[in-house]
Formats: sequence, C-alpha cells, structure tokens
Amino acid sequence: MSLIEIENLTVTFRSNGQTVRAVEGVSLKVRAQESYGLVGESGSGKSTILRAICGLAPISGGVIRLGGKTIPTPRGRDFARLVQMVFQDPYASLHPRHTIDRTLSEPLAIHGIPDSDTRVMRALDDVGLPRSFRFRYPHQLSGGQRQRVAIARALMLEPGILLLDEPTSALDASVQAEVLNLLNRLRVERGLTFLMVSHDLAVIDHMCDRVLVMQNGRAVEELAREELAGAKMTTAYARSLFDASADRMLGDVEGPHA
Amino acid sequence: MSLLSVKNLRVTFQTETGPVEAVRGVSFSLGRERLGIVGESGSGKTMTGRALLRLIRPPGKIEADEMIFDGQDLMAASERQMRALRGRRIAMVMQDPKFSLNPVMTVGAQLTEGLRQRDRLGRDDARKRALTALDAVQIRDPERVMAAYPHELSGGMGQRVMIAMMLIPEPDLLIADEPTSALDVTVQAEVLSILDALVRDRGMGLIFISHDLRLVARFCDRVMVMYKGRVVEELAAADLMAAQHPYTRGLLNCLPRIGGPRGPLPGLDRTGDWAE
Repeated sequence: MSLIEIENLTVTFRSNGQTVRAVEGVSLKVRAQESYGLVGESGSGKSTILRAICGLAPISGGVIRLGGKTIPTPRGRDFARLVQMVFQDPYASLHPRHTIDRTLSEPLAIHGIPDSDTRVMRALDDVGLPRSFRFRYPHQLSGGQRQRVAIARALMLEPGILLLDEPTSALDASVQAEVLNLLNRLRVERGLTFLMVSHDLAVIDHMCDRVLVMQNGRAVEELAREELAGAKMTTAYARSLFDASADRMLGDVEGPHA
Repeated sequence: MSLLSVKNLRVTFQTETGPVEAVRGVSFSLGRERLGIVGESGSGKTMTGRALLRLIRPPGKIEADEMIFDGQDLMAASERQMRALRGRRIAMVMQDPKFSLNPVMTVGAQLTEGLRQRDRLGRDDARKRALTALDAVQIRDPERVMAAYPHELSGGMGQRVMIAMMLIPEPDLLIADEPTSALDVTVQAEVLSILDALVRDRGMGLIFISHDLRLVARFCDRVMVMYKGRVVEELAAADLMAAQHPYTRGLLNCLPRIGGPRGPLPGLDRTGDWAE
C-alpha cells in the first residue's frame, strides 16, 4: 500500500480577482521508504504540492491521504510527528534570534517529549555538526551548516516522511554533495520516505527512485530511475528538460587517477 | 593585443580583526573571447569582477601591478575616466534581477535613461533603441515589457532585461556575474545562447563568473578556477575533463550525474599546499 496518496490535487490561489491554478489535477503515489522526486521549472507547481500537504497552500480539489487516511484540516500534532519539511533557503527558514538549541528543542517542548538535552545533542551528532554549535545563532553558521540544522530540526520528532523543497539549490556544489550524502544516510538508517522537489534533474536522479515531471501545474510524465538514466522519456517536455541538464554536455568525469 | 591585462590583482578589506584578502594575486589576460571564472562562494570571483570596474567601496582596497584595458591604465584612471568606461566600454550584468533593477521605475524608463542622459537621444529614438535591445535578447512582447515594472516580470525576463540594458551602449567587454544562476535550465540555455551570439557577432570580450563548472565548460573558451582568492588552475574549456588540479577535479566529481553511481558523492579534499 502507498504511504502517500495524492489524487487529483488542485490548488487555486485568488488575488485581485484573478485566479491562478498552481496545481491542476495531479495524482501520485509514494510507497513507504521510497524516495520520490518532483521536477520542473519555476511555476510548475512542484513546491505547491509539498506546501499543500503541509497545509501551507489551500487544497481546492482532490484528496491527500497518508497511510490510507485523508489528512485532517488543520493538520494537528499527529501530522507533525509523521511529516516534516525542509525548506529551500537555509538563510530564511531558521529563526534568526533563536539559538540552534532553541530551534531544535522547540518541537520537543510542544509535543511534551522529555530528555530534550540528550536529544538535541544526538540530533547534532546525527547531522554531523559539532556539539559546540549548540548555543550559536544561525548567522554564525555557513549555508551548509544551517541546512544541516534545518534537517536536524525536521527530524526531532522522528517523522517517517520528509518533504524536501530544493534542499540543496542554495548551496555550493561541494556542500550540496555533503548534504545529499547526509540525507541518503539518514534515509537508510531511519527508513525514511522522501518526497523531494528540485529543478536539477541530476540531483533528482541521484536521490530518487521515481520522478514526476511537471509543467504549468500539471503532471507531464512519471519516470522510474532507469527510464530517466536511459533517456526513455516519451514526452517532448521531459526530453527538453533532460537535454538542457548541464551534466549531459560533458563526457565521463573519470580522472586519470580515478 | 589583448583587450584586458591584469597582473597581481589584490583586493583587501580592513576589518576589526585585521586585513582580509578577498583576492590574492590574480593575473590573467583576455582577448575577444569568453573567459569563465569558477569557484565556490567566498573564492573571490565576484570581487575580481567588481575590481575590474573599480567598484569596491572603502574600506575595501584594490591593488594591482597592472590593470590595463584597451591601452588605458585602470589603476591610474580618475573617477571621471572610470565613469566614462563603466557601461560604455565595460559593462557588468549582476546576479539577481530582483535586486539590481530599480523597483519603482518601469523597464522602459530604466532602459532609456542611459540613452537619454549619456547619448542625448530624443525620447522616440531612445525608445526605438530600447525596443531593439529587448528584441535582441528575444523578448517576444517588448512593448508590454517596456511598460512593466520589474516585479511584474519573471526571473528569466528580468535577467534578459538586464542583459539588454548592458548591451545598449555596445561595450567591448561584458562581465557577467552569475547571469543564469537564478534561472531554470531551459531559460538558462536561452540566455547563454543570446550571450554567445553577442560575443560572436559583436566581437565582444566576455568574463563569465559562475559557480557551475559544467556550465562554464560548456559555454566558455577558457576557464579559470579560483579558490580562496587565488587562481588554482587555468585551462582551455575543452581540456576541463583532463584537469589535473585536485580542487578542479574535486569540483567536477562532487556533482551528481544522471545515470551516475548511487553511492555517496565524493567530498572535496581541501588539504594540500594549494589550500593555504
């Protein structure tokens, strides 16, 4: 059975009398412990799907089910213990005037979970940050370190599902590699299910088992990893995204010493 | 003769904890070609670009043994002479259209401002030139874009407007600082081909600053890789795959690739004499 089921999801925004259909009739299913990718250009509605799951965007049509049950509105505490989100910009998603310790212990306080001291320390260890960072503020950390904090925060309640909204697109290539490795390690260790958004096909290919290509709020094509790698897409749009991916322009990167 | 020649360029900032060197002895020369400068955040690539236009404010300090553009010594030039160069001879496209366009002026007003003030063109002539420039960067509906404010444009459109603005005075050298980082891959390809055509057709020199090694390799003639304010390797873009320097190799290898292996991505090894 699928852990996340989205059926015919439609998200509509209204502003100044104009209606904007950000997502139109998108359906997808993610199995437990699977890593599922959403890819497309800006404005394709990929992030809006994640936001709709979290209750940050209005669902105007369709159903979202988690483990067979329709998600409640408002989302509530049980939802927070099952689903957490990591945002794109680590500079904007951490409270600038809260220490790392406060950021990480707040979810524990809300949910009445004891041992916050040891849990915060363990969380820092898990994401590979030194314990001495505990009482620092976000501005004292680099972008990669902040994204590690954001991942640690998302994992404080030990959720089964992580929604990842472009988690590495604000980071340098080498830091991106570290964060992707961290996410993959955590997924294996904890049996997490990922729903990941990115505009970078190479990142999605590295991280995900299946990928849904989106354009203008609609699903264009779903591809398994092998189909993507083997360039077996059937729609013109998916192919144009594939062709424009920078990494395809170069030959093998195997070095003389590799 | 080369268009631009730079020897031992240094940019230093005085801070409370002593001087910080953002650029430490960069030398290169540029003809009418496409030079890529690649590096991570903090490598000094943007500072190098800004130093060429002497656009670094005190307490920042620019020093160089030589910085000559088309026979003119940029280090000795007066502020007045620099102003005559900026825009007209050397132009710079900034990274983010959201922060680099004036939010309270229409695109049309911003595009024609320079033409009216600098070139003393009449309103209709200026407008015609601006429309041609927008057309050159393949904006399909130039009339509408002229009347629009920057917030009414998408990122790709904003970026194209900035490129159009920089190209109106037909500069000899264009410094493009991450001109495509904020764009989607398909739009990115379009903007690059526009830049490419301009270099080819107008014989312009281009300095393309980016953090994306693969993109630069695909688009430029030569690539300069920077780390901590120094050039660690300079090579022809075609030879990039055969790069010898461990930092360049590290940058290449840490990127995931479609159909690549699923194991952990190799990290960057920052040990060695070069990482000082």
